[in-house]
Amino acid sequence: MTAKRRIHLAAHIPGVNNTTVWSAPDAGSQIDFSSFEHFAANAERGLFDYLFLAEGLRLREHKGRLHDLDVAGRPATLSILSALAGITRDIGLVGTLSATFNEPFELAKQLASLDHLSGGRAGWNVVTSSDAFHGANFRRGGFLDFAERYERAAEFVTVAKELWNAGTDRPVSHHGKHFDVEGTFPVPVSPQRHPVVVQAGDSADGRSFAAQHAEVIFSRHSEFGAAKAFYDDVKGRLAGWGRDEDSLKILPAATFVVGDSPRDAEEKARETALAQVSPQTAIAFVEQIWGRDLSEYDPDGPLPDVEPVVDATVTRGRVRHDDPAVTARAWRERADAEGLSIRELVIALSGRHSLVGTASQIADEIDRAVQDRATDGFVIVGATNPHGLDEFVARVVPELQDRGSYRTAYDEGAILRDTLDLPPLVEGATSLARDGAAV
Amino acid sequence: MSHHLLVAAALAAGGRHPGSAPLAAPGSLRTWRGLIGGAETAGIDLVTLDDSFLLRGGAHLDALLIASAIAPATTRIGLVPAVMTAHTEPFHVATGLQTLDHVSRGRAGWLVSTGDARAEAPLFGRRDALALTDADLLDELEDAVVLSRLLWDSWEDDAVIRDVATGRYLDRDRIHPARFHGRFFSVEGASIVPRSPQGQLPVAIEVRTPAELEAAARHADVVFVSAQDVAGALSILREIRDTERRVARVGEPLRVFTDLAVLLEDTAGAATSALERLDEHAGAPLSAEIRVVAATADAVAQAIGSLHDLGYDGVRLHPARLPDDLGRIERDLLPLLAAAGHHQPADAPTSLRSRLRLPRSENRFSDSRGVLA
Ligand SMILES: Cc1cc2nc3c(=O)[nH]c(=O)nc-3n(C[C@H](O)[C@H](O)[C@H](O)COP(=O)(O)O)c2cc1C
Repeated sequence: MTAKRRIHLAAHIPGVNNTTVWSAPDAGSQIDFSSFEHFAANAERGLFDYLFLAEGLRLREHKGRLHDLDVAGRPATLSILSALAGITRDIGLVGTLSATFNEPFELAKQLASLDHLSGGRAGWNVVTSSDAFHGANFRRGGFLDFAERYERAAEFVTVAKELWNAGTDRPVSHHGKHFDVEGTFPVPVSPQRHPVVVQAGDSADGRSFAAQHAEVIFSRHSEFGAAKAFYDDVKGRLAGWGRDEDSLKILPAATFVVGDSPRDAEEKARETALAQVSPQTAIAFVEQIWGRDLSEYDPDGPLPDVEPVVDATVTRGRVRHDDPAVTARAWRERADAEGLSIRELVIALSGRHSLVGTASQIADEIDRAVQDRATDGFVIVGATNPHGLDEFVARVVPELQDRGSYRTAYDEGAILRDTLDLPPLVEGATSLARDGAAV
Repeated sequence: MSHHLLVAAALAAGGRHPGSAPLAAPGSLRTWRGLIGGAETAGIDLVTLDDSFLLRGGAHLDALLIASAIAPATTRIGLVPAVMTAHTEPFHVATGLQTLDHVSRGRAGWLVSTGDARAEAPLFGRRDALALTDADLLDELEDAVVLSRLLWDSWEDDAVIRDVATGRYLDRDRIHPARFHGRFFSVEGASIVPRSPQGQLPVAIEVRTPAELEAAARHADVVFVSAQDVAGALSILREIRDTERRVARVGEPLRVFTDLAVLLEDTAGAATSALERLDEHAGAPLSAEIRVVAATADAVAQAIGSLHDLGYDGVRLHPARLPDDLGRIERDLLPLLAAAGHHQPADAPTSLRSRLRLPRSENRFSDSRGVLA
């Protein structure tokens, strides 16, 4: 009998969107450090591979004004992860940091510092989002074409690795299309040498960037079929870079609702979805696609009878993945077919939770997805802050351990790369691709 | 002598004396817990943490991140990292410091500096920083402080309303985008970080030139100055008060700390010869850069006492050797200062502002809204 594949879980720090229910009775502060202390202690008790923090560098806007319906406000990624390093022992600390609005020398210095201070537990989710809206907060602005975003990101990561490899021992001289870096790094080589590189883009460019540079992908595809297709696509690209399947972990985002019985779970899921999609949120959600003000519409009534206008700026500060005209048509068809009101439709579209059931059912589902190679694990997303993962840790984690595919303790002093069961770095490499690998 | 003297320690990845040995493990959190935790226990009011993008000064970590990592392990000591303004995005500077204030529960400050901007330029390769004059860099620093202060007030304290009836988490009228357009950079939006416990973090500047003093008098809360003797110390203090008047500073006067490198031994002879050895090793005397007192704890306590009598708010001690001289400051010097009535260690958690005897910072926008309402 071959050993079971090990499940890898990350704990998503509740973020800035309507998944995080701020109206719940136990919803705490989004910014007080005590919330982070609780969240981190619980996740470490649950033996998660890492804590994960998203990033958005401008407050989101809707219809030309600050979006006021969702949780907003968050700490700066590096300072909060460093503070968390001070109160945790084993769990990884992975933050999202833009390759567009940072400079490689500085970010490399900060990430190497975090890796030192945490004893080798740092990770970097490299995102490329670049647009004039976010760019307006930065010297660099938001001028990069789509095509250039991953090119810059790849060169960014390469420069960072050159600096991490050199440490304080020798100067680095890099002259490329996007960066000119000449000088000696002030931070000594850190425990992991390279913090773990995570990637979260979905496009073909994003996937091929991941196949060359990333060790973990944070994906959007959690449902079994979609997860499997994504897994096969991305892992299929690895051989071309001379990498094997286990050198890149894929972890889709997954929300969950644990119940005492399947029915209890369904009921709780429904309540959570109603809290996530308030009447006002339902209207705002549809406005994003319709590109116009719909505040006169009844959230409990049918979808607007007017046609959508194409206005990519109605909502700013979020990543768009679809074509509004096509989406609007599909929504109308579905609402008509199922007789759904605006709010019900939005709940059906966005309020569906990935994992709903008893603790045992959820554990079965996670275990199956990992054993069947649809995924290597999940980024678990709770619905409230800071208690959103308490139940998962108390009820689902023991079930996973019973199935023999989840750790029962951290390895003493393990660096994050080892916690993730990633292969060791190749000495001196600046890319994960093996020398001479085909492109 | 109306107030007790404040005692700061300046920490870096080694002692202040370039001839001293660097820290054994500058990357280890345990090292910094030992240094900063020890300083807190001994009653030191605040630490400043040095930083540079250059290797100069020895291998080191990012100061803001050391301060953030140490924040949860301490409760009383002020944490004042150096964050430079020439190469770092001003938005990241402001939000990173604000986060330090959250994680330290109100004990963050900012040692603002232009760094070695021109020498650091090749590490970034994006700005023609070599063409920037000292005056340009200082102007940019001032802009970075003005912008940061705007961002720190961009959320009013009560901007989060969680109003279930209207479905609103935020009151958007209580959030104020920066809309800052300066000569060197523009920042459009509000901070991504809600207002921090202190609101306005104390801003400190090391002042060595009249231009720097003017910038400080306009924008800072704390200055670190350096004088070789009592006469010099007195004239600097006068110059500071004159400059405050000339720029029509409003609000609290600058809190003035004098920089002092200290080397402590049990006898004056031992201290002098230890300093000589270090100077020789470094190839240049440390006293060319900063006032140095190499003496017994008694003698140093007296020197500090006379600065206090002149009207200084505080003294920033640079241990010539780290950790040795920090240990001696804690063990030998602080008890003497306390016994002489110069210093009183804080015994309860307080914000850095109140440690510096600065009033609570009201949000500038809350006032205007009150008037309009
Ligand atoms: C699951 C997931 C999470 C993401 N998280 C962030 C984030 O926290 N901050 C950010 O700026 N962009 C984030 N992004 C955006 C990506 O960095 C990227 O800009 C976007 O997906 C567009 O690239 P693509 O066309 O390759 O998908 C995320 C994307 C995905 C799929």
